[in-house]
Amino acid sequence: MKKRAFILSAMASATLCLASGAIAQDKFKIGLILPMTGPFASTGKQIEAAARLYMAQNGDTVGGKKVELIVKDDTSAPDVTKRIAQELVVNDKVNVLAGFGLTPLALATAPIATQSKTPLVVMAAATSSITEASPFIIRTSFTLPQASVSMADWAPNHGIKKVVTLVSDYGPGMDAEKYFKDRFLFNGGQVVDSLRVPMRNPDFAPFLQKVRDLKPDAMFVFVPSGAGAALMKQFAERGMDKAGIKLIGTGDITDDDILNGMGEVAVGVVTSHHYSTSHNSAVNKKFVAAFEKANAGLRPNFMAVGGYDGMRVIYEAAKATKGGSGDALLAAMKGQIFESPRGPMFIDAQTRDVVHNIYIRKVEKVNGQLYNQEFETLKDVKDPGKNK
Amino acid sequence: MTILFDGIAYGMLLFILAVGLSVTMGLMNFINLAHGAFAMVGGYLTVVLMQRFDVPFLVCLPMAFTGAALLGAVLERTLYRPMYRKPHLDQVLFSIGLAFMAVASVDYFVGSQQQIMQLPEWLKGRTELGTGTPWELGMGHYRLFIIAVCAALTVGLQYVLSATRFGSRLRASVDDPRVAAGMGINVNVVFAMTFAVGSGLAGLGGALGAEVLGLDPTFPLKFMVYFLIVVAVGGTSSITGPLLAALLLGVADVAGKYYVPKLGAFIVYSLMLAILMWRPQGLFVRQGGK
Amino acid sequence: MQWWEPLVWLLAFATPWALPHHALIINEIAIVALFAVSLDLVLGYSGIVSLGHASFLGFGAYTAALFAKWIHPDPLLGLAVGTVAACVLGALCSATILRGSDLTRLMVTLGMALILFELANKFDGLTGGSDGLQGVVMGPVLGRFEFDLMGQVAASYSLVVLLVLFFLVRRLVHSPFGATLMAVRDNRLRAMAIGVPVSARLAAAYTIAAGVAGAAGALMAQTTGFASLDVFALERSADVTLILVIGGVGWLYGGVIGAVVFKLLHDVISSITPQYWTFWMGLFLVVLVMVGRERLFKPWTWMGRT
Repeated sequence: MKKRAFILSAMASATLCLASGAIAQDKFKIGLILPMTGPFASTGKQIEAAARLYMAQNGDTVGGKKVELIVKDDTSAPDVTKRIAQELVVNDKVNVLAGFGLTPLALATAPIATQSKTPLVVMAAATSSITEASPFIIRTSFTLPQASVSMADWAPNHGIKKVVTLVSDYGPGMDAEKYFKDRFLFNGGQVVDSLRVPMRNPDFAPFLQKVRDLKPDAMFVFVPSGAGAALMKQFAERGMDKAGIKLIGTGDITDDDILNGMGEVAVGVVTSHHYSTSHNSAVNKKFVAAFEKANAGLRPNFMAVGGYDGMRVIYEAAKATKGGSGDALLAAMKGQIFESPRGPMFIDAQTRDVVHNIYIRKVEKVNGQLYNQEFETLKDVKDPGKNK
Repeated sequence: MTILFDGIAYGMLLFILAVGLSVTMGLMNFINLAHGAFAMVGGYLTVVLMQRFDVPFLVCLPMAFTGAALLGAVLERTLYRPMYRKPHLDQVLFSIGLAFMAVASVDYFVGSQQQIMQLPEWLKGRTELGTGTPWELGMGHYRLFIIAVCAALTVGLQYVLSATRFGSRLRASVDDPRVAAGMGINVNVVFAMTFAVGSGLAGLGGALGAEVLGLDPTFPLKFMVYFLIVVAVGGTSSITGPLLAALLLGVADVAGKYYVPKLGAFIVYSLMLAILMWRPQGLFVRQGGK
Repeated sequence: MQWWEPLVWLLAFATPWALPHHALIINEIAIVALFAVSLDLVLGYSGIVSLGHASFLGFGAYTAALFAKWIHPDPLLGLAVGTVAACVLGALCSATILRGSDLTRLMVTLGMALILFELANKFDGLTGGSDGLQGVVMGPVLGRFEFDLMGQVAASYSLVVLLVLFFLVRRLVHSPFGATLMAVRDNRLRAMAIGVPVSARLAAAYTIAAGVAGAAGALMAQTTGFASLDVFALERSADVTLILVIGGVGWLYGGVIGAVVFKLLHDVISSITPQYWTFWMGLFLVVLVMVGRERLFKPWTWMGRT
């Protein structure tokens, strides 16, 4: 009862604000909230660059209105994200909220999206439950269960029966561990141990040593993109590849952003992910070339593609609704099917989540640079987290 | 055994990084939270030299030291010196401000992703002793290198402190700057040199640690906590104090994460809390020291 | 009570209604100001250096959030519960800050905050872990004022709590109890010599400050509708210390002014340069300390010597 009253009064005041602002509304405003500082700053950078690239390529007018991109830094603190989102909705009267580098940031903002009926496009965060937090949330990034489950399907067919999982101790890490474990056990494999590494972890050594002592066929890893390099180095330093332990994981550990700097140690690592810079399609080649040109040679990674596709979804929906907002804009976002630099993808109209191909890739040297070369494709993977 | 080895390597690295902080805090009574920034400078200097100018790793190390030391000397003279008389809180504010500036500047010039260092071939690799026995010892060559360098530095530092003129001047200034000045010791010069060396050591530590700890613009803020722990537990009145504290913490952290991974980070903090409650002045305090 | 005080407070209360578009940041400022005032009690008036004050902020926040979610959504009740819970935690922790040097206290308080952080992360069934505790829907304040999307009710609510607690703390520091606190801060040995029960006073001050910080945390959880792990993070404690020192330690308005200055500065700079605002903030801090707080607002005095 109280909840309904709360939402009603919130909606009333929101409508009042929107109504008073609607008259002056001749712009289509996108509120892009990203972690531009702090440990996840590279995510923010990639997404902003991709968003601006899309705007540069597709013009800044859509549905008859001028597009305004408002970029805000939330320093990865959820209460700040929520306040910024609230201000964007109430003060700037944005048509759509976008960005969200981490799960807690998206979850915190979900009630705002619902109350103000503003579509919220998640371009980076990857925990399954996010799209369920509000009926206005659309995702264009990926979910960890998608990548983990795909790996758990691939591994048993390639001689990997015994695995130790090693993940960072936070939401996406636990998602990755759970979904990999469940599917791997279902496929007849054995998970010897599940280790969790604290987020503020300076040294992987003890964890890797433990894995080594357990002697599995492979180690399944998920760590956020920055830590992947350190992990790989220590993996090699500890002689684990020589001890016959393979390194498998989700693509976050071979993040294109820093892959090239990882050196020889990364070659041969097999990962599962939805995007690789070396994906062999005309659309992707065009995207990568344009991105590198506009950003001094910076290679786009999966964060960038989440941002790029997110903008695409927003633009197309804006075109269809002539720069609309609210329910109409949301409806125009659902069910979009298109070719993204990552491959074909669509936004599931029921779950509002992204459905795309997951590729199994191996790191190889191509023309002197390291790339994740795709060699197997699992088509149209839905988020397993929703099937519960 | 390998865990012990790893813990010692980690601890020695922490020591080199933190010893400068310990000495400046004990000597100048100045809380310098920007100490991590000097480490970061050393690390980035090394990475840039290696990646863009192909300078060999071994040459980069003394360059990291010198670079950070020079920066320290310059900053000490210009910015830090007026701060000595200010209350601790102002010093905290000041050094945090400096740290912020350093973090943002590095982000601007180099970018915010993790920097990856390519070690020379002879440092990659591993030696295994006694495989299969309970005393199995696997030693990464790089960690061996770290231990060797840090041990040499420690011996060197201890020698300078106890057997040279400068060392005794330093110790005198730590104990009582006014009396030392009264005895004709040029305290300002001592301060400046010590600060420079301390920063230089931090830079060296940053360069050595980039491989093991990772290097990105948020480095100073991330690791400040660990440096402070070493200084708090080890006390500020000697070199051996922080050394033992660093080793203890390094081994405890590594061993804790290996044997009880669920409690991972707890171990270090709880251990520190326990030690500080038992011996609030730090574990190893000289009588009559501060 | 100085003559300008009632004016300032009246002005403060008017702002959420006069500037409705900024009600949200006013709310944030009020909460941080309360937090800074609680730290002032500990740092400014008792001389206890703390880098883990966020422990109480976070504890109050999570307690209030859990209370609202599972037991009763009334804000005032939740506020009381959060405050009391933080008080209890403060009483327990006060044993740790009694001995040792400044550095010891710094590390011990820091350690406490970090341990709580890890605990909150581990018990994710209860706290939501790193995803944060979601779904906290508050009932109306005093049964009549709903929390609106604009944030005006939230801002007014926070301001009222700030006012009440501010004046309570003021009464406290201007009382004989407060006088003994300052005596302990200034010279512990002498205070002991004249018979002041030092440990008891410090513990009491720490407990009360913990409660006030817990109130700030409860406000935060209630007005934003969730609680997440970073309420325990080092950054929170560090930020509030910065804020307090900017405004001036040892007079309660320091916390309030510092909060206003810091938050506004952050917001403004961040809109201009979302990625590199920390640089300008750092520069501001360095200049502030070098030039001296009093002279900061008189640029013409910067060049000469005072």
